[in-house]
Amino acid sequence: MGYELSRSQMDEIFSKLSSHYDVYAPVLKKGEGTFSDIDVIRYDRVHSLDEIEWEKRSDYSFKEVLFPVNETLFYFTEDETTVPKAPEKGRIIFLRSCDIHAVKRLDQIYLKNGFEDFYYARIREKTLFFLMGCPGDCDGGFCASMGTNTTNDYDMYIKLAGDKVYTDIKNPQFTQCFDKFNKADVAPDFVSENKEKVTLPTNLPKDVIDNPIWKDYGSRCITCGRCNFACPTCTCFSMQDIFYKDNENAGERRRVWASCQVDGYTDIAGGHNFRDDKGSRMRFKVMHKIYDFEKRFGYSMCVGCGRCDTICPEYISYKNIVNRLADEYNKKEGK
Amino acid sequence: MKNEYLPFLSEIKEVIKHTDLEYTFRMTYAGDVKPGQFFEISIPKFGEAPISVSGIADGLVDFTIRRVGKVTDEVFENYVGDKLFIRGPYGNGFDIDNYRNKELVIIGGGTGVSPMRGVIDHFAKHPDEAISTTLIAGFKSPEDVLFKADFEEWKKTINVIKTVDNAPEGYDGPVGMVTKYIPDLKFKNPADAVFICVGPPVMIKFTIMEIQKLGIRDEQIWTSYERKMCCGLGKCGHCKMDDKYVCLDGPVFNYTEAKEIFD
Repeated sequence: MGYELSRSQMDEIFSKLSSHYDVYAPVLKKGEGTFSDIDVIRYDRVHSLDEIEWEKRSDYSFKEVLFPVNETLFYFTEDETTVPKAPEKGRIIFLRSCDIHAVKRLDQIYLKNGFEDFYYARIREKTLFFLMGCPGDCDGGFCASMGTNTTNDYDMYIKLAGDKVYTDIKNPQFTQCFDKFNKADVAPDFVSENKEKVTLPTNLPKDVIDNPIWKDYGSRCITCGRCNFACPTCTCFSMQDIFYKDNENAGERRRVWASCQVDGYTDIAGGHNFRDDKGSRMRFKVMHKIYDFEKRFGYSMCVGCGRCDTICPEYISYKNIVNRLADEYNKKEGK
Repeated sequence: MKNEYLPFLSEIKEVIKHTDLEYTFRMTYAGDVKPGQFFEISIPKFGEAPISVSGIADGLVDFTIRRVGKVTDEVFENYVGDKLFIRGPYGNGFDIDNYRNKELVIIGGGTGVSPMRGVIDHFAKHPDEAISTTLIAGFKSPEDVLFKADFEEWKKTINVIKTVDNAPEGYDGPVGMVTKYIPDLKFKNPADAVFICVGPPVMIKFTIMEIQKLGIRDEQIWTSYERKMCCGLGKCGHCKMDDKYVCLDGPVFNYTEAKEIFD
């Protein structure tokens, strides 16, 4: 159901919401980027609509709200373990359409691939998603090619328009707070076409693993892992134990985000590793996004947000890799 | 919901020293477990390591551990009476039914024998359940042989070829790679033959090439993959190969599947 209300009325509702929920949204951090005087947009807690960056895509995704970069699984002493309490409040995350599609991919791995993940599940079940519209095609995004440019899967849509605010409510628990306002036809702003277009390769042959394209791009990669950390669908982590300097018998076990591009990812005890060269790591990442995730779960993994290409310090374009593969193999198939 | 990341304490009941580097830890565990499955064994401060089950008895599981990493080094410093944190079992393990009433050949290299030990034990104790059982086990040298006492037991009821890659002069046992003994295998009916083959990647590769020369089809061969299973739960991604998660879908794969997946 759609509503029209004034900005001050919406601010009042928002402040009520943020006393019941921890609200996370993209925030422009002035001068906090990697390089001097460079801004960065990342997710953070917000207490008012003014703090939110509505226009530009965030450089890093929302995923750290659902699973933090470092997460303590339990504290230990020599013979006991203690699990930290779940956050008491529920969470609201402001997302654009592509990122709402990314949530489905995170759920797939953390809730539906084998065991259910205790830590992810306990935050996820108390999380609501608010849709932000897209004012236009974002730089490097290709959501329309991936079919992630529209969604119906949100609790509330919010659009600011000067003194006015338009909302579309999907979650009935919010209907009551909006019922006193004027009803309106509200359709979320979605992108229908991007400048960047990506075609997924179909029926990749087995020998794609020997394609020289991997070496090409691998030779430029510096294995920093930023593509993985910016990606809203990458879910890998490593286990890490730390102990306290003042009491070495106590400590904690954490999980920490991991990257398939960074050294150590496939190391096994004894020193062997299964993907030593950068080309094979590049292949592993790309094939996961466009091929084997789909083989296992029935739909493609990449949501086309374009963050990986924007954040790569070596200007490696995932988009170009995928398009080159499609060019090479889809043509062959057509013959 | 169960928190699968939370380990529980398990007591070390016995330590069997095979070599300077490889010990078997016999530990308490009450619950179902299959040969070829694995546990995450951990010592707070040092982390977790996936270790396959090398033996199963009432209320006990064996872990044969090679001292090669940070966690395993520390395990070696802990001894009988001490406790370790474990969680599991994880993975599919070997399904004994696949090998019943068959002409079973088990080929192992080094610590690769460990995950198959439960299967070997089963058919050595119940030789009638298979048409025949043959074990070909290869180790680097006589000093590297694992499960010495077991070999004495096993050879009473099943065919055992225990070979070493290199031996000092005067050594009276078989010498040579496991592949040397494969061409001599005889079957009443090759269609009834089943193979299990576990070891280092290069050993698996050449062993399977030899097996195929006997006219054995891929579906008659099983193997187990070793990967870095960080979580054991299909989440951390480290063990993924193609569309398979070794911790969930493996580590045991029929070769029809194993030959298709790549790192």
